[in-house]
Amino acid sequence: MIGLVHPRAIVVGGTLLIGCAVLLIVAIGTGEFAMSPGEVLSGLAGSDPAASFIVRDLRLPRALCAVLAGAALGISGAIFQSLTRNPLGSPDIVGFTYGAGVGALVVITVLGGSGTIVSAGALAGGTITALAVYVLAFTRGGVSGHRLVLVGIAISALALALIDFLLARARIEDAQEATRWLLGSLNTRGWEDVWPLLGGFILLAPALAVAGRPLRALELGDDAAHGLGVRVERARLGLVLLSVALVSGVAVAVGPVLFVALTAPQIARRVAHSPGPALVLSALTGAALVLAADVAAQRLVPSTPLPVGVMTGAFGGVYLAWLLARGWRKAAT
Amino acid sequence: MSRLRAHELTLAYDRHVVARDLSVEIADGGFMAIVGPNACGKSTLLRALARMLKPRDGTVLLDGAAIGSLPTRDVAKQIGLLPQSATAPDGITVSDLVARGRHPHQSLFRPWSKEDARAVREAMEQTDVVPLADRPVDELSGGQRQRVWLAMALAQETPLLLLDEPTTFLDIAHQLEVLDLCADLHERGRTLVAVLHDLNHACRYATQLIAMRDGEIVAQGAPADIVDAALVESVFGLRCSVVPDPEMGAPMVVPAARRARRPAQSSSMIQSPARSQ
Repeated sequence: MIGLVHPRAIVVGGTLLIGCAVLLIVAIGTGEFAMSPGEVLSGLAGSDPAASFIVRDLRLPRALCAVLAGAALGISGAIFQSLTRNPLGSPDIVGFTYGAGVGALVVITVLGGSGTIVSAGALAGGTITALAVYVLAFTRGGVSGHRLVLVGIAISALALALIDFLLARARIEDAQEATRWLLGSLNTRGWEDVWPLLGGFILLAPALAVAGRPLRALELGDDAAHGLGVRVERARLGLVLLSVALVSGVAVAVGPVLFVALTAPQIARRVAHSPGPALVLSALTGAALVLAADVAAQRLVPSTPLPVGVMTGAFGGVYLAWLLARGWRKAAT
Repeated sequence: MSRLRAHELTLAYDRHVVARDLSVEIADGGFMAIVGPNACGKSTLLRALARMLKPRDGTVLLDGAAIGSLPTRDVAKQIGLLPQSATAPDGITVSDLVARGRHPHQSLFRPWSKEDARAVREAMEQTDVVPLADRPVDELSGGQRQRVWLAMALAQETPLLLLDEPTTFLDIAHQLEVLDLCADLHERGRTLVAVLHDLNHACRYATQLIAMRDGEIVAQGAPADIVDAALVESVFGLRCSVVPDPEMGAPMVVPAARRARRPAQSSSMIQSPARSQ
C-alpha cells in the first residue's frame, strides 16, 4: 500500500476513537456519585434532570478538558519529536512545560496573583523559554534537532532550579497553591475551562491541517527537505511555534500535565506501525491517556482525588517502558 | 543548451570564502561529474546549484531566472536532489519513503493521486527496488538503501538530478551498480550532476567533468579531452600516468610508484585519488 494513509492506521484510529468514547463515559460515571454507563448516556441525552445536571454541568466539561488537553499534548509531542528526529525532543523534556511553570510560580509566589494572571504568567514563561531554546540552538546553518534537544535539556534544568528556588522562598500557602498548579489537575474544571481550549484548537486548526506535510519532508533531514521544495527554516520555526502554542495552552488550562507529549506519539507510532508524524493518532492516544489517567486518579484514592499529572507519568511511563523493552527484545533476537 | 547555469559564483560559509569565480553550464541531457580533492568546494558548488547555499556573489540561473527568486516548490519540480546525509524515519517502509519524493507535486487539497502512484511505481521499477517495497528501510544494506533514496529522488520526476557523493560508503560492486543506474537515467534523457570521489569512475561514466582545487575550477570538459597526467598532478598533487582503460577506453589514472612520487611530495600529497576523497 502506497500513499499517505495505511489501512492499519485507520483500524488503529477507529479503535482509539471507540476507546476514547468508552473512557469518556467511564470518566463521566466516575466520582463521588457513581453512575452506570446507561445513566451517563441518559444524562447526556437530557432525559433525567438530576443525572443531566451532574453529567452535563459538572462532569462533562472536566472530561472534555481531559480529551482536549490530551489531544493537544499528543500533537505537540508528535510535531516536536519529528522535528528534532529524537524521541526525547518532547516539549516537556525541552523545558517549555517547566518554563510555563516558572512563569506561573512567579505570579503565584512573587506577585501574589491568582486565576487568569497565573495563566498569563504560564503562557509568558512557556513562550520565553521556547524563544530562548530556539535562539540558543540557532547556528549559521539553522537549528539542528540534537542541538535543540541539548539546549532544551539545559534550559529545562535551569527552569527546574528556578521552580525550586521560588518554592523554597515562598510562603507556605503560596507554595501549596503553586505545587497544586505544578502537578496539573482536572479537579474543578468547568465549561469556562473548556471553551478557551476548544477555541485554541479551532484557531490552530488551519495550521494543524498543513503541519503534517512539511513535517514529513523535514523528517528526512534538512538537505532532503530542501530538495523536496520545503523552506526549511521557515517551516521549522512555524512548527516549533505551533507545538509551543499547544503545550502552553494546556499548561494554562489545566497546568503542566507531564509525560503525555513524550509518550503519546511513541505509543501511537508503535501501535500503528506507522512511521512519521501520525498527528491524528497521537492526538487520540494523548486524549485516551489523559482520560484514563484522570479516571484512575479519581478512583485510586476516592477521598482525595489525585492530580491527573501524577497518573499520566505513571501510566505513560509504564506503558512506554514496556513497549520499548518489547521492541528491543524483538530486535535483539 | 543549458537550463541550469552558474555565473561567477563566490561561495562562503559565514566569512569563510570556500570558492570564487565559479562559472558553470550544465549541458542539458549531460552527465556532469564534479571531482577534486577533499575540501576543494565541490559539494559546496552542488549545494549552490541546488539553491541550498545562497551565493555571496554571482547567481545560479534556472531557465534564465535567478534560482533564489523562484518559488522553491517550483524549483523542486525541475531539480531533484540526492543529499549526502538523509535520514530515514524509524521503521519507514521502502514504498513510503519513495512516496515522499512526491512532496512538491502534492498539496493540502491534492494529497495523493493516481499520478503519484504511477510515478512512485516507475521510480521503484527503474531502481529495481520493487521486491523491497514493504521492507523497512533500516533493515536494508547500504547499496539497497542508496537505490531507495535514488528512487525517492526519481519519484520527484525532475528533468535535472543533483547527486552529492552517491557512491560514498559503498563497496566497489555497489558503487558501480549506482553509477550504472545513473547512466541508465542519463540515457533516458535526464540531466545529471554528481559529485564523485573516484576520478576513474567519473571518467568512465560522465560526459563532462569539472575538476576543482582550492575553490577554483581547474578544468572543464569531456573526460577524454581534459584528463591527463598534468591535470591530475595539478588537481590532486599526484604523480601518475593516464592510460586508456582496457574495457571502455576512458582515461584511467594509474598512480606512479611510491619511489617515483617521493621526492617532490609533502606528506599530505601521498594519497591515491580514491583515498583523497
